[in-house]
Amino acid sequence: MHGTHRVVRKTQLSDEVYRMEVEAPLVARERKAGQFVIVQYDEDYSERIPLTIADADPEKGTVTLIFQTVGASTHKLAMKEPGDEIILLGPLGNPTHIEKYGWAVCVGGGIGLAPLYPIAKALKEAGNKVTVISGARTKDLLVMQEELNAVADEHIVVTDDGSSGRKALVTEPLAELCKRNPPPDIVVTIGPPIMMKFCAETTRPFGIKTLASLNTIMIDGTGMCGGCRVSVGGETKFVCVDGPEFDAHQVDWNQMMSRLGAYKTQEKEAHDKCHLELSLAELRKRDDKGNGERQNEGAAK
Amino acid sequence: MSSTEPTKTREEIEERARVELENLRGKTLTNKMRLSIPVQEMPTQDPQVRRSNMSEVATGYTKSQAMLEAQRCLQCKNAPCVAGCPVRIDIPAFIARTREGDFVGAAQIIKRTNLLPTICGRVCPQEKQCQMPCTVGKSLGGTDKAVQIGRLERFVADAAREAGKDEIPEVHGSTGKRIAVVGAGPAGLTCAVDVRREGHEVVVFEAFHKAGGVMVYGIPEFRLPKVLVAKEASTLEAMGVSFEMNYLVGRTRKLSSLLKEDGFDAVFIGTGAGLPKFMDIPGENLVGVFSANEYLTRANLMKAYDREHAATPIYPSRRVAVLGGGNVAMDSARMALRLGAEDVHVLYRRTREEMPARGEEVVHAEEEGVVFDFLKSPTRVLGDDAGRVAALEVLSYELGAPDDSGRRRPVPIRGSETVIPFDTVIVAVGNESNPLIARTTPELRVDEQGHILVDEKQKTSLDRVYAGGDIVLGSATVILAMGEGRRAASAINEVLQ
Repeated sequence: MHGTHRVVRKTQLSDEVYRMEVEAPLVARERKAGQFVIVQYDEDYSERIPLTIADADPEKGTVTLIFQTVGASTHKLAMKEPGDEIILLGPLGNPTHIEKYGWAVCVGGGIGLAPLYPIAKALKEAGNKVTVISGARTKDLLVMQEELNAVADEHIVVTDDGSSGRKALVTEPLAELCKRNPPPDIVVTIGPPIMMKFCAETTRPFGIKTLASLNTIMIDGTGMCGGCRVSVGGETKFVCVDGPEFDAHQVDWNQMMSRLGAYKTQEKEAHDKCHLELSLAELRKRDDKGNGERQNEGAAK
Repeated sequence: MSSTEPTKTREEIEERARVELENLRGKTLTNKMRLSIPVQEMPTQDPQVRRSNMSEVATGYTKSQAMLEAQRCLQCKNAPCVAGCPVRIDIPAFIARTREGDFVGAAQIIKRTNLLPTICGRVCPQEKQCQMPCTVGKSLGGTDKAVQIGRLERFVADAAREAGKDEIPEVHGSTGKRIAVVGAGPAGLTCAVDVRREGHEVVVFEAFHKAGGVMVYGIPEFRLPKVLVAKEASTLEAMGVSFEMNYLVGRTRKLSSLLKEDGFDAVFIGTGAGLPKFMDIPGENLVGVFSANEYLTRANLMKAYDREHAATPIYPSRRVAVLGGGNVAMDSARMALRLGAEDVHVLYRRTREEMPARGEEVVHAEEEGVVFDFLKSPTRVLGDDAGRVAALEVLSYELGAPDDSGRRRPVPIRGSETVIPFDTVIVAVGNESNPLIARTTPELRVDEQGHILVDEKQKTSLDRVYAGGDIVLGSATVILAMGEGRRAASAINEVLQ
């Protein structure tokens, strides 16, 4: 049976953030901004992990994933090396609706900057003026900055600790942009739910159309399990087939956040256990490298 | 029923049947004598033991039991049982072979029309199909007294498999034609075999990482061991069928691209069940409310029961309410027990009589300690401060006048609401159709519920595109899906001649 995909390159971006390029020619060709994939580190025991697509190269036939080690499966995924096989299904979800709005503001938080990039790029290519707000806890967690710089007409960087850009939350510059005359025509936000919720609250009084891309718990990603359901405008929607993007002003954020926390206890346990294993593996690899072998060029970045 | 008797060992069961069989030897059996042979009960694991393991509950007939049960068949000329079988197995013929002890021969007769007898023998609702019109059952005044055709089917199919006589169906010389089968569930696999036999090249596209569809994600290990499903899929591979796993037609590749660019001459869509239905009551998005699809997929396909190895977590449940009365509800309830729940209740709006679940599963669930709350349906899910399920508000019903289907309609009893504490709610009230292919193939005609419309040959509104199984039928059964896959295959074979 066919259906596994080869890891081409792996780069560790920070303590808990990895970038992985995977051979998936059909996905690379079909995918559009806003879509995601489901990944498994093996066939028998892995969870099915929904990950957004950060980038794709149809000519090389590869897709780029950026992910944070959260539970058992993302840690095991991070231990995969170039040449290893993983399972990947996609592209899933509806593509972002791209059109010429005028002025588009793209707000990304942490790992959410990765899927924000193809959307910002597509908006730019459609003739929009694009402002990007990149936010993270600290400098190390700001991903895709070069790529975002390349497509943004204006790029505002904020960190919680002031280690890069302004010391602020993303909502601060977002509010300032909303007050400009004319205000933005559309805002797209991807990041932690709490950040998206507050972006929605920031733009709401200005009546600016705001889209949020949701990354909920899901199993199959094809419209079968219903685990990803969220309440949008009082109606139950399935993120995998109705989303992943919804009107941020209509999403029931509190419900979404409590649903995301369904397995928090199990995740925490798995994280602590797996992160130790992963760190040990990385250490061993660095030892090997010291001995002259240099396979994974990005690991030390 | 067996729940009142202590569980006998396999050896004791075999011995009892062997002695009875010995007594019949050399006699010419009259119909009256055949009718006096007792129904052979299915040996099972002890309920108290099996409720905490995932091994198969029903352990299968012993050899003498099978041969004795086969003696109960009257070999009716008009064979009402065959008419009750969706794939028209020659039931009297396979039972005649079983009587003689030629189990491999019996299995071969079944395999002429049913390629998956180890599976059908376990999951078909026989009491509503072949066993319902059985003359023996009718003469003895109850379907439960009918010849146990399903148990015999399972026995001979297992015997043939264990004897290594699971022959690979013959494949005709290559026709140069290519067929795409979308979905590796019962409909797709059946269709794939039948078109492959004609010599067509066949590629099966499956979104999951394992073949089998509902047989791997839905039906639990304790009812259908996954090695059996994997075995059937490997038979297909041995026939030369290729599988593209982790491939979602509609997303990874459009249906139209398969036909226009990838050189497929025909496509069969067997994508199965889709979006789970919910009750449409307040509180259904609280943490702790699961669709049966999600709950069972976590437990079966993702192996969440194997806490040692599996990464997929399962919700820690103590008091579980399962809503619904079908096989999926039974599977969910029994799975919850096995995953450690202390108290599992099935809430059903009607009574036991109307439950659509297979009779044997209901008995098994009861033996294992599942509590049935009949004539009850929830009106609200109540949560705690953290947004987790804390209780159900439940309304009681009574049976009123018969409705159009002839069943007495449940009527709510006003003011009968009570609040029952639960921490988990599993909703098993069926599925909508999967919207993906229809949404990404606008020319394909579907009904208001999104089921693909087909003609009597399973052909859709598109040329060279056929469909069958739950995507056409809604929530049906494995065997009905197989029947549709088979019908589509013969139409495809005819068109491509």
